[in-house]
Amino acid sequence: MARYVERAENLARILDVTLAAARRHGSAQDWAAILDINSDREQFSESGRAIDGDTVVHFYLLDAANETSILYALTCARENARTLRPFISTEMWSQLNVAYNWLRTLRAADLTPPERPRLLATVKQYCQTHTGITEGTFFRDQGWYFYHLGRYIERADQTTRLLDVKFHRLGAVAPTAPIEAGEAAALLRSAAGYHAFRRVHPRGFVLGDVVGFLMLNDAFPRSVRHCVNEVDRFLHDLRQRYGLRGGTDALERLDDIQVALFERPPSTILQAGLHDFVDRIQGQLIEISGSLTRDFFGR
Amino acid sequence: MASDPSSWPSGYDAGGYYCEVFGRTDAPAHHTLPLRERLSRIPVDELRRRARNAENELFNLGVTFTVYSEKDAIDRILPFDVIPRVLSADEWRQIEAGVIQRVTALNLFLHDVYHAQRALKDGIVPRDLVLGNSNYRPEMQGFDVPCGTYVHICGIDIVRDDAGRFLVLEDNGRTPSGVSYVVENRRIMQRTFPDLIDVFIQPVEDYGLRLGHAMEAIAPAGIDAPQIVLLSPGIYNSAYFEHVFLAREMGVPLVEGRDLVVDDDRVFMKTTAGLAPVHVVYRRINDDFIDPEVFRADSQLGVPGLMRAYRKGNVSLANAIGTGVADDKAVYAYLPRLIRYYLGEDAILPNVETHLCAERDGLMYTLEHLDELVVKPVGESGGYGIVVGPRASAAERAAIRERLRRDPGNYISQPMVRLSVCPTLMEEGIRPRHVDLRPFAVTGRTTWVLPGGLSRVALRQGSLIVNSSQGGGSKDTWVLV
Repeated sequence: MARYVERAENLARILDVTLAAARRHGSAQDWAAILDINSDREQFSESGRAIDGDTVVHFYLLDAANETSILYALTCARENARTLRPFISTEMWSQLNVAYNWLRTLRAADLTPPERPRLLATVKQYCQTHTGITEGTFFRDQGWYFYHLGRYIERADQTTRLLDVKFHRLGAVAPTAPIEAGEAAALLRSAAGYHAFRRVHPRGFVLGDVVGFLMLNDAFPRSVRHCVNEVDRFLHDLRQRYGLRGGTDALERLDDIQVALFERPPSTILQAGLHDFVDRIQGQLIEISGSLTRDFFGR
Repeated sequence: MASDPSSWPSGYDAGGYYCEVFGRTDAPAHHTLPLRERLSRIPVDELRRRARNAENELFNLGVTFTVYSEKDAIDRILPFDVIPRVLSADEWRQIEAGVIQRVTALNLFLHDVYHAQRALKDGIVPRDLVLGNSNYRPEMQGFDVPCGTYVHICGIDIVRDDAGRFLVLEDNGRTPSGVSYVVENRRIMQRTFPDLIDVFIQPVEDYGLRLGHAMEAIAPAGIDAPQIVLLSPGIYNSAYFEHVFLAREMGVPLVEGRDLVVDDDRVFMKTTAGLAPVHVVYRRINDDFIDPEVFRADSQLGVPGLMRAYRKGNVSLANAIGTGVADDKAVYAYLPRLIRYYLGEDAILPNVETHLCAERDGLMYTLEHLDELVVKPVGESGGYGIVVGPRASAAERAAIRERLRRDPGNYISQPMVRLSVCPTLMEEGIRPRHVDLRPFAVTGRTTWVLPGGLSRVALRQGSLIVNSSQGGGSKDTWVLV
């Protein structure tokens, strides 16, 4: 459930940012990048659709057949919530139900360019409201721990994807090279990190700094390092508090990621190849998720 | 401007049926006066506005059931009508006593069927009807259940005829549902009609607590803090919302078959920390699917070995296995006789007059009076397969005649009860619609009846079929203090 809501929120943010960027440049490249982040380029081109704001926004907002769409994510979140009703608060369930019912009333015709920013903002708000209600009402027994494990694994994954694709778009550049302010801003805003970055690096945009910030700044709530640290913390707390023995494989993998992140400055990562590095982290995150499911839920 | 409460609502005509709000004659029932006073102060538009709010709340909260007859399973809100159905304290006393008497007789009957079978030997009920019944479980023969209680949760369907008499239409002693709507309806009424609900009515909020106590009472002996669970077939079951509701109200885990495991003839549930013992299972799964070792081997929903643990006395089940033999529509006809046989009393709540087509006289009578009778298949639930003689077309009557000839044992017939009506907020205004009542009885060692119960309303004008799957709705049921 947590993963689906996190996913929906991230996607809404990325779409929204791309809308803003596209208004400035009118470039199809931005829209294609979203397809790449989610590995949907092939599926999309096979359907013969043109890649532009109309098609891509619809694809990711309302296309029920698209398993990466916001509609699909919120549907799954709501179905998960339905299954979890005995464990979550009534308000958590009912809010997700309301969000789902609202989204289901939208039609392709509602996605006119002036309406898109508002609709995406509404999706974000629903996701953020969910987070708020969860913080305030979700009883903090084991379920709460698993909720946060899911959420942070998803968030880490989303940030790595963002970096991976945007970096490809930026091409092979030296870590000290400056990046165009618009590109950097778009990348950072997609992760809700633009102003935070400016506070840490007020002078301008250098590739190594941007990558470093998104990967390693542990004060930034969406950085890969911060998310991985949180997964580690929640897993340790869960095991200790409830005397559980599962999760040892996941802990080892988390260690592996943390060592890999701690030991390398961004410049080294960039020179060795961001794509491979990010790939490895994503692989580990998938394994972590799988091994947690096996250890604690026996399936 | 408040209109005269004794004439509220204006233009309402109960059409000769007993009206739950007005009573039998044109003189309104006294006990509903406070309600009518308050309702007369709310203009219909305002009623509608609040009714829409109530429906939105139900929709947002997902107080739904799933309808199977469509291609895709669709979540439906049980339509909720905002005008409550009211029972006076005296009326309730009679219903309550009648329900307790009936549940007591059902439990005694079940104990008898699965032990000495005296009622069968004394010819009170035909042997074949019981032992040949597909719901009779030979696996339960000779087995002693805790407190001698078989039907822990029972829903008795009651109707009122045009003389104002309460009659029992049907017993539901397997997995009766609907109590979640009773409690949720009350909560919705409290929120959307705080000005209406300051009349003193008996609360329904403690159902979960009472149910929990009953489950504790039937736990295997010698366990200090018995672990109770609610066993559900899962999220695709049409009553899943109710399963969640019950688990939460009792404060117990909601599990599916795959969450339980039987080891050494004891039941355990799988937790993140390993296996934890389970002592009482409130199961909302039919006998057929509950243990693939004993019943349907293809069931994915049940727990292999559950019957072994049950018969060893290591786990208690509510309701017990094999209760279907008592809530069968044919056995129903014998209940008044069974009440006299076991309790030496007359039934406080009489049956609707019933003709058994399995008996020659019953079949003859039914065929001769088909245009006056309601014919019901014994095995179905949910209101399906019923033919209402007076309303049926010639073709429908011919078809049921044929089915009766071919398989008489599968049918009973009853005269069409002129069901009571209740004012209901329809599009065209406040109109009379037929209602029934399903009180819920919880039995651990003794029986407690939830005040009121589910009042189902047939929303289509003139319709007598109140079941949710066929377009019925519900009302809040008030039992006055």
